[in-house]
Amino acid sequence: MQWKKPFTKLAATLALAMGFVSSATTVSAEKLGYPEKEELTFGFIKLTDMAPIAIAYEKGFFEDEGLYVTIEAQANWKVLLDGVIDGRLDGAHMLAGQPIAATMGFGTKADIITPFSMDLNGNGITVSNAIWEEMKPNIPKMADGRPVHPIKADALKPVVEKYKADGKPFNMGMVFPVSTHNYELRYWLAAGGIHPGYYAPHKGDISGQIDADALLSVTPPPQMPATLEAGTIYGYCVGEPWNQQAVFKDIGVPVVTDYEIWKDNPEKVFGITREFAEKYPNTTVRVTRALIRAAMWLDENNNANRPEAVKILSQSNYVGADYEVIANSMTGTFEYEKGDKREVPDFNVFFRYNATYPYYSDAIWYLTQMRRWGQISEDKPDDWYKELAAKVYRPDIYEAAAKSLIAEKLAKAEQFPDFATEDGFRDPQTHFIDGIVYNGKEPNQYIDKFSIGLKSGQKL
Amino acid sequence: MNTTSVNAGKLYGFRLPQLDSGLVGSAIRLVALPLVGILAFLLLWSVTAQNIDTSLGKFPGPAAVLEQFDALYSEHQRSREKEQAFYERQEERNAKRVAEDPSYEPRIRAYTGKETFIDQIVTSLVTVMSGFLLAVVIAVPLGIATGLSKTLNSAVNPIVQIFKPVSPLAWLPLVTMVVSALYTTPDPIVAKSFLNSMITVTLCCLWPMVINTAVGVAGIDSDLVNVSKVLRLPALRHVQKIVLPASVPMIFTGMRLSLGVAWMVLIAAEMLAQNPGLGKFVWDEFQNGSSDSLARIMAAVLVIGFIGFLLDRGMLAMQKLVSWDNSAAQ
Repeated sequence: MQWKKPFTKLAATLALAMGFVSSATTVSAEKLGYPEKEELTFGFIKLTDMAPIAIAYEKGFFEDEGLYVTIEAQANWKVLLDGVIDGRLDGAHMLAGQPIAATMGFGTKADIITPFSMDLNGNGITVSNAIWEEMKPNIPKMADGRPVHPIKADALKPVVEKYKADGKPFNMGMVFPVSTHNYELRYWLAAGGIHPGYYAPHKGDISGQIDADALLSVTPPPQMPATLEAGTIYGYCVGEPWNQQAVFKDIGVPVVTDYEIWKDNPEKVFGITREFAEKYPNTTVRVTRALIRAAMWLDENNNANRPEAVKILSQSNYVGADYEVIANSMTGTFEYEKGDKREVPDFNVFFRYNATYPYYSDAIWYLTQMRRWGQISEDKPDDWYKELAAKVYRPDIYEAAAKSLIAEKLAKAEQFPDFATEDGFRDPQTHFIDGIVYNGKEPNQYIDKFSIGLKSGQKL
Repeated sequence: MNTTSVNAGKLYGFRLPQLDSGLVGSAIRLVALPLVGILAFLLLWSVTAQNIDTSLGKFPGPAAVLEQFDALYSEHQRSREKEQAFYERQEERNAKRVAEDPSYEPRIRAYTGKETFIDQIVTSLVTVMSGFLLAVVIAVPLGIATGLSKTLNSAVNPIVQIFKPVSPLAWLPLVTMVVSALYTTPDPIVAKSFLNSMITVTLCCLWPMVINTAVGVAGIDSDLVNVSKVLRLPALRHVQKIVLPASVPMIFTGMRLSLGVAWMVLIAAEMLAQNPGLGKFVWDEFQNGSSDSLARIMAAVLVIGFIGFLLDRGMLAMQKLVSWDNSAAQ
């Protein structure tokens, strides 16, 4: 390798000189400055979709930006959010609903923004072995005897009704009141005619169990399998690897993935306080750049880097579950019932399909679900939804990061949405399990389409 | 040393007649019997472990735990190598930036990697000792004061009795909230999490020391007190020359009790609050739920036990060193 040295040195000098020339010729405001804050601490929950943060650290993308980042696992979503709000954490892997709910004031009130959407899909709904046995007769079979997918909650409905008739509460776990998992589980249940219960914050009821057939409660992700095993809950909705863990431990069966509930649904976001973004603008853009590069790396060459990513994630300081468990879903397959492994190439999407761009329409979908289940107790005009989404989701920061990556030839323009014409709304989404179409520009009209759920004008 | 072997003899409570002669007998008692005990335990452990099936696989036996000790150590080595590389990269980057931007004052940032098992052990030890020392500083003077004055004792006693049985887990949320409310410097010298653990430890190991010191001080031989009265020693001299030397054995008994409490409290507090240390290590491994997790937790359990044992022995040695009255040091 010795012979290479002079060349690399020369190349570096040239690059430096060119950089100097270009920065001298263009307006100085366009060149991204050094980070104002170099030492940062980011929080995460042990889930595979924290991967962009781990990869940005391990692959040196943070350091390339001059950032020295410490990554800390958090006990649960509440601790994580409080950490970001009180400044113990500079940023964190968050549930998409968290920045929105915090800005709105449902739960803790704080101005949290997101310049970067972390991934699409990645969750599943698992039921215990006993419930699965009761569900199985209600599910149509394919020629080879395996159940037809996607499995709808219609198959679960008779089971829930039986429990209800016996006076036994049908308990299920989700990870946080404003988590994607809560809305996905509710969506799936309601699509099968099972009422997941309303919230009524104006009456002080935030348990979300009013009129419920299935009682949903909060359990931190890593404790889901243990809680299921203990019989406290009969099923749960959680991110990976905790569905695959249930298969490996032989305690439950994942019945449906969120990919089947809503194809390519937005999942986690990277959350920071608005104050942080205003105080440290260069740092914010640089963090976003590092995360975009990590997401690109994760999806590069048709998931070629995934096995390496799984190896990193299985380290005890990141997700820490066994390699095989994490690999099951990260490398494009998903094991439902033991032995029933199916191809789901898009189970975890980190960059394709503009996964990292913070779309307003994604934020609005979560808002519609908050309204549907009563977390937003009163009617709001369509404009309110758009304004709130624009407050929380910050494509402007994303755009600055992406453009500077393009300028430095670290990314290509065609890998991103066309910034000149992008308005932040995805085209109407048609891939829901119940066939209902979602158009982010008309939230109120969307809410009225559901048979179970609050409609415009309704208040508990 | 004599006392120990006599005590040990009393403790075992039986004597094998043909072996009970001098050196052979005491060698067996001191070395062979504990060894037999440990071997029997290991055997029992590995046999039972094989028969317990958890959802994370078989319960780890001694071999699996030994393997994890090895793995943890090599993880530590690897982490140190990464740290080295981190600092080298940083220096390069700083040099480059200074070249581009001469006004920049380069600073070396601390390694951002994860603490290893060994780092966690060190953190726990530092935390427990700081919490314990803080408790000593508060408890000994308080104990002396309450021991000397019956009035003060009656006033303080109810409070001590109420707080003594409180579990650390009850203190922790309060400590956490108070620390984050009061400790708000922009550039803190020590981490909040360290303060939380330390103060919780202090609160829990304060009481045995206060009580023991007070009892020791109150029970000073009246002859000694009378001597002090005859000599008309001023209050401070009285404490220094009579009270302290006379009550040192009891004070150290209290300290030894407290240190044991402190170590147990610390692990629980670290687990609950996710503060760095061995408790966090155990909790993290539990959350990971990998097939090695149980063996790693078991490794941590052994280390926690061993350190607790060493702390106790250390305090015992100190207690013996300062005791003129051997009856207190058992």
